[in-house]
Amino acid sequence: MTKAKHDRILLAHGGGGQLTDDLIRHHILPSLRNDILAELADSAKLNLNSKSVFFTTDSYVVKPLFFNGGDIGKLSVCGTVNDLAVAGSKPVALSLSLIIEEGFEFESLDKILASISEAARQNNVNIVTGDSKTVEAGAADKIFINTAGIGEKLPGVDLGFEKIAAGDKIIINGTIGDHGITIISQREGIKFQSPLKSDCAGLAELTCQLLENTNGVNPVRNKMLEVPTSASRGISNGVKFMRDPTRGGLAATLNEISKATELSIEIREADLPVNPTVQAAADMLGFDVLTIANEGKFVAVVSPESADDCLNICTNHPLGKNAKIIGEITQNRDAPMVEMTTKIGGKRIVQMPYGRELPRIC
Amino acid sequence: MCLAIPARIVELEKDNAVVDAMGNRWRAKTTLLPEAKLGDLVLIHAGFAISLVDEEEAKETWQLLAEIADFDETSDKISG
Amino acid sequence: MLERIYKAQTTMDTACKTLGRQINIMEVCGTHTVSIFRNGIRSTLPRQLKLLSGPGCPVCVTDQSYIDIVLQIADRDDCIIATYGDMIRVPGKGGSLEKNTKANVKIVLSSEDALQLAKDNPGKIVVFVAVGFETTAPATAVVVKEAAEQNIGNFCILSGHKLVVPAMRALVSEKNHNIDAFLCPGHVSVIIGYGAFTEIVEHFSRPCVVAGFEPMQIIEGLAEICRQLTTGKAELTSVYKAAVTEQGNTTAQKIMAECFEEADGYWRGLGKIEKSTLKLRDKYSQLDALTRFNITETPGEDTSGCRCGEVLCGLIEPPECGLFKNSCTTENPIGPCMVSSEGACAAWFKYGPER
Repeated sequence: MTKAKHDRILLAHGGGGQLTDDLIRHHILPSLRNDILAELADSAKLNLNSKSVFFTTDSYVVKPLFFNGGDIGKLSVCGTVNDLAVAGSKPVALSLSLIIEEGFEFESLDKILASISEAARQNNVNIVTGDSKTVEAGAADKIFINTAGIGEKLPGVDLGFEKIAAGDKIIINGTIGDHGITIISQREGIKFQSPLKSDCAGLAELTCQLLENTNGVNPVRNKMLEVPTSASRGISNGVKFMRDPTRGGLAATLNEISKATELSIEIREADLPVNPTVQAAADMLGFDVLTIANEGKFVAVVSPESADDCLNICTNHPLGKNAKIIGEITQNRDAPMVEMTTKIGGKRIVQMPYGRELPRIC
Repeated sequence: MCLAIPARIVELEKDNAVVDAMGNRWRAKTTLLPEAKLGDLVLIHAGFAISLVDEEEAKETWQLLAEIADFDETSDKISG
Repeated sequence: MLERIYKAQTTMDTACKTLGRQINIMEVCGTHTVSIFRNGIRSTLPRQLKLLSGPGCPVCVTDQSYIDIVLQIADRDDCIIATYGDMIRVPGKGGSLEKNTKANVKIVLSSEDALQLAKDNPGKIVVFVAVGFETTAPATAVVVKEAAEQNIGNFCILSGHKLVVPAMRALVSEKNHNIDAFLCPGHVSVIIGYGAFTEIVEHFSRPCVVAGFEPMQIIEGLAEICRQLTTGKAELTSVYKAAVTEQGNTTAQKIMAECFEEADGYWRGLGKIEKSTLKLRDKYSQLDALTRFNITETPGEDTSGCRCGEVLCGLIEPPECGLFKNSCTTENPIGPCMVSSEGACAAWFKYGPER
């Protein structure tokens, strides 16, 4: 393998000629090693078991590119994996599209590619196809990434808003606000030192475990757990719906659920898992942690009978050790709304956030 | 507008301080609080220490300080 | 904690029964407004206890002419506007800082950051939008002194600092006679001391209780007010024992007095209030943006149909304004009470209505 001769991206790296070839063979392929990608075909051929597939896409423009707990590369894999995971599917393959600004350092690009590779490996997905373009200086901010993903529907799993009913419980798999506050702590003009890390992580292993053990897919005793699960007890309607609370945080996700189902939601502030360091930073900056983005969390709406099992499965997994049942779906009084009982026993409404609190966090 | 939180002075040189609030570290000035010393708990507003905070009263006043004992995670293992 | 809440609620219930009428308590700090909403405090209070939001949000009470001056300066190529976050969305006649994409605007968390901007950009004039009450004014005074001592010629401030007690005096003496007591701002009191409210207590016989911003502080502050209303004797007290003293922060007071003098000023919604704003003293006039750019402030009448003024005096609640949630929303704010994250209208919009 010839050593790369340049330390920065040139426009010619996107020109389709020798430099493009260099970029692919000396930077992209070595990082993203897999047989399908190595063919460098125009399209990747996938052999899928399921007739039902989920397909999603997301673009990543986070600033700064590198932050405690991750970088734009890791985010671009985990974000798309999570969109597939919360839909009730097992992620199979990702595409990767890079738009790189002229002058971007190869050292940074290689780090990002290594993160993408590691995240893909950890989440059992392959980057099977991709594209890269370069644009002139100023036309993009260093690097923008798009990933699209395909996931195979888990048999017997059918999630959707229409499944949600009054009485269903709401579970979150861990602490909220970590990602957004981490990003802002590393931003120019606000910078403060913090031990906080983004919670950026792929959730597919946990969500698959949850779905397989509570939704009647593999109604066998989960070897990890000592207790029988809902599924093994014949209760088959476990998880009804899942979503990952990214931009707009938990507040946005709960409002989306409330609006789509036309049902109300009640949550308890005392049950929300919040890291005190995140809370202190949010207090200093005047933010409401409910509105801050998360990148390694999902909200699950589950049947009341399966709630304890779901919680158990989460807390036994590294990505769910702080999981909590935070509230439930309720009948409406007037209009559907999301209401929170505060720590002092007061009640307040949780509105859809305005959405401008933190720019470019994902 | 009057956001201010209690934080501990962990570094102090003349009136340039570094304060720690639950692990977050900010730069702050003690120009308005010349009597502040290393180790003091102070109230920080807009980058300035504006008052000393009584330690005992602090636990009665700030929920976060009272609750910290309940949170299982230590500051080494932050996210989750 | 639940025990303390129960005790406070009992005191409040007793007061309501004893007085047999609605009790109106005004909180004069935007940070109190937000905390009350975020913690759902209204829903824990007896029905006859009404909390009024006062003019305690410095962004909300900033006169439109001030914003227009900032926008005027922002149009210059040689200026950088340094401002605390909230100000960028406040609308003037000519739009807002946020919508002016040509303007060079930097959001700062501290006045020291604004001064540093000036040091880092010798070719530009940095104008610091100095808005806030007595909690924040000392921070401005520090950098004014530093800039003067270090001869930093490309730094100046546009002072919009306001004083809380004159506003309280104007409210209780003429604007709103239905205020029974004040919940006083915790962090302003850190600076000015709770003794500063003596006049309101002695001259106007209104209880003044200083409280911090934690929910227990607010609840216990309200309970103390109710206790005083029951005895019929207005007292000067503070429940914010952790940080507030009777005399306040004398270092901060001295530095404020060194740099600023009291002047008459215009408060949006309240009109002219005597000796209620801070103006740079003559010896620091070279750091005053008004002097530097030869601008005179001409307070303007707000003709947009916005009723922020009545909201700020506690005369109406935001839903009573016809624009609320119609043409005036957090996405498209018309008045400053909706723009500022601490404005009563924004708080009602984001967190209310509470039951």
